[in-house]
Amino acid sequence: MLYFARWKIVLILAVCALGVIFTLPNVFSAQTVESWPGFLPKSQVSLGLDLRGGSYLLLEVDTAAVERDRLNSLVDELRTTLIGRRIGYTNLGVAGDHAAVKLTDASKYDEVRDAILKIDPELQIASASDGTMTLKPNDQAVEARRRSAVDQSIEIVRRRIDETGTREATIQREGDKRILVELPGISNPEHVKALLGKTARLTFQMVDPNASVEEAKAGHVPPGDELLPSAETRPGLPGAYVVRRRVLVSGDMLTDAQPTFQENEPVVSFKFDSVGARRFAETTKENVGKLFAIVLDNKVISAPVIKEPILGGQGVIEGSFTVQSANDLALLLRAGALPAPLTVIQERSVGPDLGADSIREGTTSCVVGVILVVVFMVVFYGLFGLFADIALFFNLCIMMAALTLLGATLTLPGIAGIALTLGMAVDANVLIYERIREEVRSGRSLISSLQAGFERAFGTILDSHVTTLVAGALMFWLGSGPVKGFAVTLSIGVLTSLFSAILVTRLLIVTWLRRSKPKVIPI
Amino acid sequence: MFRPLIVIRRIPNIDFMGMRMFGFALSAIMTIGSIVLFAVNGLNYGIDFSGGIVIEARTPQPANLAAMRNQLDGLGIGQVQLQGFGGPNDVMIRIQRQPGGDKAQEQAVSKVKQSLGPGIDYRSTSVVGPTVGAELIRAGTIATILALVAIAIYVWFRFEWQFGIGAMLSTLHDTVTTVGLFSLLQIEFNLTTLAAILTIAGYSINDTVVIYDRVRETMRRYKTMDFSVLINKSLNETLSRTILTVSTTALAVLSLFFFGGQVLHGFSIAMLWGIVVGTYSSLFIAAPLLYYIRPKGVHGRGGEVAAAPAPPAAPAQQPRAKTGAP
Repeated sequence: MLYFARWKIVLILAVCALGVIFTLPNVFSAQTVESWPGFLPKSQVSLGLDLRGGSYLLLEVDTAAVERDRLNSLVDELRTTLIGRRIGYTNLGVAGDHAAVKLTDASKYDEVRDAILKIDPELQIASASDGTMTLKPNDQAVEARRRSAVDQSIEIVRRRIDETGTREATIQREGDKRILVELPGISNPEHVKALLGKTARLTFQMVDPNASVEEAKAGHVPPGDELLPSAETRPGLPGAYVVRRRVLVSGDMLTDAQPTFQENEPVVSFKFDSVGARRFAETTKENVGKLFAIVLDNKVISAPVIKEPILGGQGVIEGSFTVQSANDLALLLRAGALPAPLTVIQERSVGPDLGADSIREGTTSCVVGVILVVVFMVVFYGLFGLFADIALFFNLCIMMAALTLLGATLTLPGIAGIALTLGMAVDANVLIYERIREEVRSGRSLISSLQAGFERAFGTILDSHVTTLVAGALMFWLGSGPVKGFAVTLSIGVLTSLFSAILVTRLLIVTWLRRSKPKVIPI
Repeated sequence: MFRPLIVIRRIPNIDFMGMRMFGFALSAIMTIGSIVLFAVNGLNYGIDFSGGIVIEARTPQPANLAAMRNQLDGLGIGQVQLQGFGGPNDVMIRIQRQPGGDKAQEQAVSKVKQSLGPGIDYRSTSVVGPTVGAELIRAGTIATILALVAIAIYVWFRFEWQFGIGAMLSTLHDTVTTVGLFSLLQIEFNLTTLAAILTIAGYSINDTVVIYDRVRETMRRYKTMDFSVLINKSLNETLSRTILTVSTTALAVLSLFFFGGQVLHGFSIAMLWGIVVGTYSSLFIAAPLLYYIRPKGVHGRGGEVAAAPAPPAAPAQQPRAKTGAP
């Protein structure tokens, strides 16, 4: 117990030294650290948004919308199939998690089923007792679509945020269908929120020249058409358009979009890929003189007349834009459409002042706490208390070094965790010292008291630390945000205090024992 | 030589077991009281759990809460709670979640900002949806229950099941009364408070484990000693350690309470209470409980261990450090 192999001493000292070296960059400002020679570590512990200021957005992907879209297009396919084969039907539509249709002639059931299965072999088709045919996508397919919708959304969110020039943003999946976005340094995230709130699905559809908006509004939308509102209502413009459902060209065929000016008005110019360009050329060639609608998120931005075929695959979108809105639209088109709408379910923003205050308050409370504990230990244990204090110092350093090296994020509750572990860390020392006192009291010799003190206290120390670690692990596992930050510092602190209280203190005491060869223990 | 200024030299002789009925009664009152309070008063849930909008603002002059409240009440955004916060210039504005989607929340925030006019520094804004809070409460409750069970299992594994039950009951007592305190004082209950409760569960077990360790050791040493005397002896022998470690932790938490700022206020109050009640429950609940759920070996079986005062063999389960003396 009171003997240390040389390699152990070296190891303990090395860990302490590394702790100090890796903690050092955190004590100085980032600029000072930059000017240090290359062999010194430069990484600082990363601060949470509550300390450095910034915004935190929790987005939820509306995965139900993906399924709704899927079912709607299934209904469209079904309608086309039925009309194409001249099979009579009623009650075609989406009902909950499946599509349903009732065939007028029940004997056609098998024919329709085979035709539909050819298009989508994964559908589960069943017939109800009243002859209604139900078509339900299978669960794996639904799950796969849901997952890919979230993955795609993350990618699009990243692109959009990158396009805004926000630096150091973190975007990550959280749970099943949520996306966590952290924007350091941005304390007013309105613009980013506005950009993320748009699905940005762009389509080009023909306006139906024969349909009247008034009749459509009264509920008589011609089959194959849809009634779409204008993006903005101005006198002299129709408030809505009746357009063909068929999408001629869509936003995913764009290769570029840029804000620009045309006759001093902000517009967005776009460029199609080869497939898009060919389709666009064909459509415009066939429909000269007619109106086509540029539709964004189910709203018609503008519906210009096709004056001549557009063959180069390039064009501009007009629509009363401001410079800002033209910029935003171009950005959204470049980044691509979201597969499903996103909602912001949680938003937190912290200004830089508040963050700085929190850092100051957190640091002050840690420093005051450490000073109080240090004085307390010296008052109650004298020289041994000083040993515990030295160990406490190394504990703090190793803890900071561990946080830095692990890339953990330090939050305000995390700082509270540090303060708390510092108070709890000396618990192990107190246990050991109290035990030594008892052994001395029961008349043991100096060496054997020390030995028994360390030996007997060890089991107890282990027990009390493991229980705290259990709580820390649960917090990390089930907690979120601030609780996680706290759990990390608490758990790391418990581990480092085991090392410092048991090994560092013991090494100090053993060294002192050899040097000064005391007759009595000064506690 | 560098000597301590204060040393507790004499082992005290306090009759904890004699006071056990008083302790049980007090704890029963506190526990039942906490449950009743929680059922009747509920908790003052912070935005983390309840959802809604919270804006922290700093005004250039000391804030006139009454005037601000009048101004904001006319906005048609439901009930607005204003609260002084930290310094005289700091105000916390709390608004219920607005009906409607993201847009409605955003509009409410900008209405407030417009209404209060320029010159105000908006230090933080939080908007939390209703679903998140419910999930967090669920996760928090699960975490607390799991912590209690995990700790009981660990203690059972390291000692005997009777100790596990004692430890779990006293820890449960500590967490329930902490919730009761928050319900009584209506201090905001937020995510950091939840973290504090879990930490209390982990911390309050410390004292209990240390005392149980000593009880077990004394049990092995004095096979025939009356169990109630034995528990008393163990409690008194570990009392100075209990007081000292509680003090160091309390010092750290007190400095968080006084210097840690508004955000950590609820956390430090919960921790302070947890430290005090955790120590109390170790002394007056966990240890006396053992008297009723006697672990095996109290009255009994043949002694494989030498009697006092010869140096007792270290208990077999207790792991020894591997670095033995040469």
